[in-house]
Amino acid sequence: MTINILEMKNITKEFPGVKALDDVNLQVKKGQIHALVGENGAGKSTLMKVLSGIYPVGTYSGEIIFDGELCQFKDIKESEGKGIVIIHQELALSPYLTVSENIFLGNERNKRGVINWYDTNVKAMALMKRVGLNIHHDALVKDIGVGHQQLVEIAKALAKDVRLLILDEPTAALNDEDSDSLLELLKELNEKQGITCIIISHKLNEVTKIADEITVIRDGATIETLIEGRDEITEDRIIKGMVGRELKDRYPKREPNIGDVAFEIKNWLVHDPLDEGRVRIKNISLNVRQGEIVGIAGLMGSGRTELAMSIFGRYYGKSIEGKMLKTGESLYVANVSQAIDEGLAYLTEDRKNAGLILSDDIRKNITLSKLGKISSNGVVNLNEEIQVAEEFCKKLRIKATDIYQSTGNLSGGNQQKVIIAKWLFSEPDLLILDEPTRGIDVGAKYEIYTIINQLASQGKSIIVISSELPELLGICDRIYIMNEGELVGELPKEEACQESIMRCIIQSTDRKKAASSMS
Amino acid sequence: MENIKVILRKNMRQYAMLVALIVIMILFQILTKGILLKPINVHRLILQNSYILILAIGMMFCILSGGNIDLSVGSIVALIGASSALFSITLGLPVILSIFLSLALGVLVGMWQGYWIAYVKIPSFIVTLAGMLVFRGINNLILKGETIALPSLYVTIASGSIPDFIGGKGSSLHMTTIVIGLICAIIYVVLQYRDRQNKLKYNFQVISFRGFVMQSAIMFTIINLFTIWLARANGLPYIIIILLVLILIYAFIANRTVVGRHIYAMGGNSKTAELSGVKTKKLLFMIYANMGLLAAIAGIVFSGRLNSASPIAGDGFELDAIAACFIGGASASGGIGTVPGAIIGGFIMGILNNGMSIMGINVFWQKIVKGLVLLMAVAFDVYSKSKAKSKISYKTEVGKNENVLSGN
Repeated sequence: MTINILEMKNITKEFPGVKALDDVNLQVKKGQIHALVGENGAGKSTLMKVLSGIYPVGTYSGEIIFDGELCQFKDIKESEGKGIVIIHQELALSPYLTVSENIFLGNERNKRGVINWYDTNVKAMALMKRVGLNIHHDALVKDIGVGHQQLVEIAKALAKDVRLLILDEPTAALNDEDSDSLLELLKELNEKQGITCIIISHKLNEVTKIADEITVIRDGATIETLIEGRDEITEDRIIKGMVGRELKDRYPKREPNIGDVAFEIKNWLVHDPLDEGRVRIKNISLNVRQGEIVGIAGLMGSGRTELAMSIFGRYYGKSIEGKMLKTGESLYVANVSQAIDEGLAYLTEDRKNAGLILSDDIRKNITLSKLGKISSNGVVNLNEEIQVAEEFCKKLRIKATDIYQSTGNLSGGNQQKVIIAKWLFSEPDLLILDEPTRGIDVGAKYEIYTIINQLASQGKSIIVISSELPELLGICDRIYIMNEGELVGELPKEEACQESIMRCIIQSTDRKKAASSMS
Repeated sequence: MENIKVILRKNMRQYAMLVALIVIMILFQILTKGILLKPINVHRLILQNSYILILAIGMMFCILSGGNIDLSVGSIVALIGASSALFSITLGLPVILSIFLSLALGVLVGMWQGYWIAYVKIPSFIVTLAGMLVFRGINNLILKGETIALPSLYVTIASGSIPDFIGGKGSSLHMTTIVIGLICAIIYVVLQYRDRQNKLKYNFQVISFRGFVMQSAIMFTIINLFTIWLARANGLPYIIIILLVLILIYAFIANRTVVGRHIYAMGGNSKTAELSGVKTKKLLFMIYANMGLLAAIAGIVFSGRLNSASPIAGDGFELDAIAACFIGGASASGGIGTVPGAIIGGFIMGILNNGMSIMGINVFWQKIVKGLVLLMAVAFDVYSKSKAKSKISYKTEVGKNENVLSGN
């Protein structure tokens, strides 16, 4: 009988308006690899942040018991002191420092503040050997590949005498070969050196391969824990746990009234703006009809946002190829302001950093994208502007003291409504909504769905990008599925369900893997 | 009343600075035993600070666009002085032509810097630091280290007053100035009335008619008092006309035009602005070209005031202009600030200078006081903002805890 090294009991964590974790329980046995799976936004990362002290004690309720001891971490330093180390999806390495400097970053081998370089390098080389990192310890981190960087992160964790290693999507940025060797390493560390691991991953094939136990999280709650040897562990079984929820009346009813194709892209090809050799969007062709709501599903990093921003006035990407058609006629837009003039609108997923000007008031945010509409000879008619802002506040029920309130002080739902008002003011024909309800409470979500439905019934074409599959299933007429920059499926409303979408994604990954291993 | 509250709330910082300006004025009026506000000193005060105020207007737009600054304006002032000497004295061109050529040179210099900042994306600090050295060097190259006297038109622009058409030469009061003041005051009241009528047409709330009359009467008196004050000295200086026109134009651009709105948006959040169709690169380029133009105007005014082109002209002006903007309420990260704010900030610095000079306080002490005033003004700003912020986060924190409790 193995004992639990970690027990998280009744963890509940709330953000203003959103319950991210609701009474979550997690038990991890000593010396095992434990996988944590769930959809985007299910609460996996939040749970790990609670565990590692990023959300300090007091901001959540529940108990954390590590190695038989009740822990109340105030910050990461304390959890690392106990031997809990988390490696985030975005690596926390300093690019202009060497490998050995990075391994001991924040944990320097020193005597009264003076670094002992001999000790640093010798110990670093020993750690690099343990993780099979076969490069020079003086290489700069920016010059080594992502796979090697991931190993540096693990070496860094080992330097801190790690007992519980948490990896958040460790293979997301790696190619298949690097992923395989990373998983091998984890298995070896686990078996030979007795380090317990928690791995968060979307790649279910990897999870089934290396995990001893799998905990499924959905909507901020633990659904089940599958144990190797006791339960049947297959991808299908896990998917069922991840998505098996019934849809209630969370989406307003709508009678679709769909017309002709209004907008179309053909063989759309986009290169990475920083690395022009790399293709980010591969030959995508899709269309939207009048009055139709089309969804784009896919995991994080599948290229949905990049696709949307490349359509919206080529804001993302370089050397874009392919055709864009509006009501059958070829359309070329060179920049964002042209795209707005041609009736395109893009509601960003990053509300605070790219959607609003937080220091400005509601009024100025609403009119920003089409100031020309209320000005003559470049002079803004301030009275008309006030009228416009008041009208939208009333129509979209934006809750604020008045239109002069700065948008930084609004709640997430109301901020989102201000951005929607901004794009409605520009009178678009095609609206691309990127994660329109992210971080918004259920009531506001319903209102936003209602607005989307109204727009569709006015004959506008709408593309919704969302990581929440139930949302896409609830409001869309048709769903495209993207994975790694490609379209991997298209499902009409009738055939779309969470299982079929997830299967499209997973099969395409598997296909790729098969193809690459054949060659 | 609602309207007044909104206006007050929106411009808290600016009103605080206006109050500070008035307090400083009263303080020095007492400390200098009434010399500060004597007509002749008011006249001098404006002439002394005009070029800094002109620079501060342009600097405000640089800061608004996202915390950019221009360190080279002092050197551009010097360069324009030198080019004026080159065009009008060495080459012997007509004075008017040489003034226009100098203004064009200023725009060109601004475009040069704007190109590096906007399109090559080199930080403005570095580009203008380089400009500071380069333009000073070109000035010394042209002047060969010497000071060259300029034609009299330059002096007239900087220090001259309009002739008294009405009162004639002998009168103790400059009648033309008084008449101009009266006309301006009437125009102001008419414009305010029309704005009010317009608001009524849109069915907006406006202040009561009595309040409107009172407000107009106060402004009417202030404008006339100001011109009467000037009339008791030398009359209306040309430079005030230039300054007022510039303030009106640029305040209008900032508040009322699409370009102005785009500049605020870009400074508030450049990514949001770009995704809303704002052409941020082109705007930044234009802002620096404009800064060059205003620096050239300041250069002409200053060399007129010196009556010569000097190799050391404009030394340290950039810092005074930047300080004026920050004292006047600009945010160091951009997106917040106003043209009148920069003018108020400029006058606070100017009155500190002038008042302490009258009192005979050592220049060293003047620098210390000015530095501390700048620091305090911005500290006040940061403090009042963080206080507002902590209030909000405190609220949500309490809400969170309640939710957690009820969740159990």
